[in-house]
Amino acid sequence: MNLMSKDVDTGLTEKITVSNLKFFYGSTLALKNISLPLYERQVTAFIGPSGCGKSTLLRVLNRMYDLYPNQRAEGQVMFDGENVLDMKDLNLLRSRIGMVFQKPTPFPMTIYENIAFGIRLYERLPKSEVDGRVESALEKAALWKEVKDKLHSSGLSLSGGQQQRLCIARTVAIRPEVILFDEPCSALDPISTAKVEELIDELKNEFTIAIVTHNMQQAARVSQRTAFMYLGELVEFGVTQKLFTNPSDKRTQDYITGRFG
Amino acid sequence: MALDIAKYRRRRLRSTITVGLCWAASALGLTILAVILATLVYKGIAGLGPKVFTEMTPPPGSDGGLLNAIAGSLVMTIAGVFVGTPIGILAGTYLAEYGRYSKVSSVIRFINDILLSAPSIVTGLFVYELLVRPMGHFSAFAGAAALAVLVIPTVVRTTENMLLLVPNQLREASSALGLPQSLVIRKVAYKAARAGMITGVLLAVARVSGETAPLLFTALNNQFWSTNLNAPMASLPVVIFQYALSPYEDWQRLAWTGALLITAAVLTLSIAARWLSSSRTQQ
Repeated sequence: MNLMSKDVDTGLTEKITVSNLKFFYGSTLALKNISLPLYERQVTAFIGPSGCGKSTLLRVLNRMYDLYPNQRAEGQVMFDGENVLDMKDLNLLRSRIGMVFQKPTPFPMTIYENIAFGIRLYERLPKSEVDGRVESALEKAALWKEVKDKLHSSGLSLSGGQQQRLCIARTVAIRPEVILFDEPCSALDPISTAKVEELIDELKNEFTIAIVTHNMQQAARVSQRTAFMYLGELVEFGVTQKLFTNPSDKRTQDYITGRFG
Repeated sequence: MALDIAKYRRRRLRSTITVGLCWAASALGLTILAVILATLVYKGIAGLGPKVFTEMTPPPGSDGGLLNAIAGSLVMTIAGVFVGTPIGILAGTYLAEYGRYSKVSSVIRFINDILLSAPSIVTGLFVYELLVRPMGHFSAFAGAAALAVLVIPTVVRTTENMLLLVPNQLREASSALGLPQSLVIRKVAYKAARAGMITGVLLAVARVSGETAPLLFTALNNQFWSTNLNAPMASLPVVIFQYALSPYEDWQRLAWTGALLITAAVLTLSIAARWLSSSRTQQ
């Protein structure tokens, strides 16, 4: 990870800028005044004990919380000059900010359709071109070799790790600008985990990435920036290497050395 | 480690007794079912011949079959299901997807449950007041309407339940791709819930095809062949009802045969529904 030495001041663009973000589940305050940037083509990791609000924060970025009643956000999330919280066309937003979930969620259709489905939603393409896009998405998700001979069998027939990479391929296929990973490896075995981590490292050349993880080694391995959250607060945000070797907050120190959480 | 053997034995005994009671209860239920089926086959098979499917319901004392009743049942059941299913599926979709958290939905859900358990004779009377009286005569049309009213709550319920079984993660995942809600439902949720929803429709068919009460007030009966939807029409349940209560032996025999036919049809449908839903779970 040679990028770890990069400094905040080395002219990285802020793809998403979160400022003074508050989030409520009903009347419970789950995020308390969060402010931080997500840098373009960088991996930002969110760590912290369960219930600290890291997933909640991720779900604000693509307005996933809008699917449920009694959840609301206040503040500002600037994404290419527009406040995400004010956006009306959520489908468009979500096509630009993709998301990969904790559990693999292939759709009940073939491997090919799982990917082509999303592409066709936004673009009218001839079949040959869709084929090409499906292939390149599967290539990018490092899955092509394993599935190229069974593109037309069910997505549910794959193993857990393959299913997760299928979900990544599906997300990549519609060419978003940002990809949010919500604990993408917590249901996977170590080998699949390594594959997904490698993949994330590859994908950052093209996409801006945010990843929530419970695994601190994972955060250290894949990210350039890390945010440590605790009880709905952003305790510390900075260059990953620094945060893990020389944290400035006592609570970060305690968490990464395993004293709580 | 001191294991309290006496206590363990008592627990084992209680367990054995409970399991025994469960067995007895299922055996009782199955025996009753077997006896019903056996009686039906025993009494009904005698009358079962080609004539049943080729000749009309006879006047007492002469030969005949059940063709007009079978056809009438088919026509009205199909029409009722055809009308009731789309309404039921759309309403069930509203309850499970668009209005899942709204207050209106809980009211609709409650009313639907009442409708589901309402005696079917009430439905018959309702359609009688609504259609038969204004039209001035009984008709197959009114019969189909009554059956549709019975189909709707069943399909609403199963559709909603099956859609609720679709994990929310799947909805989130499809929304995260930027799918509008209508497509999330049509392309993903329906696909995941399809087998269950079809099962629900088949069960609704099975339910209404044996209904007598709602047809008595609406389609009435017809001794002759009729395909006129605007006129009274025969149906198996009503013919069975009429013939079984009659003093004529040949009518009674036909009633048994009709009962056997209906039971066989419903049984086939239920097994098909079972098979469909189990083949889905194995995937």
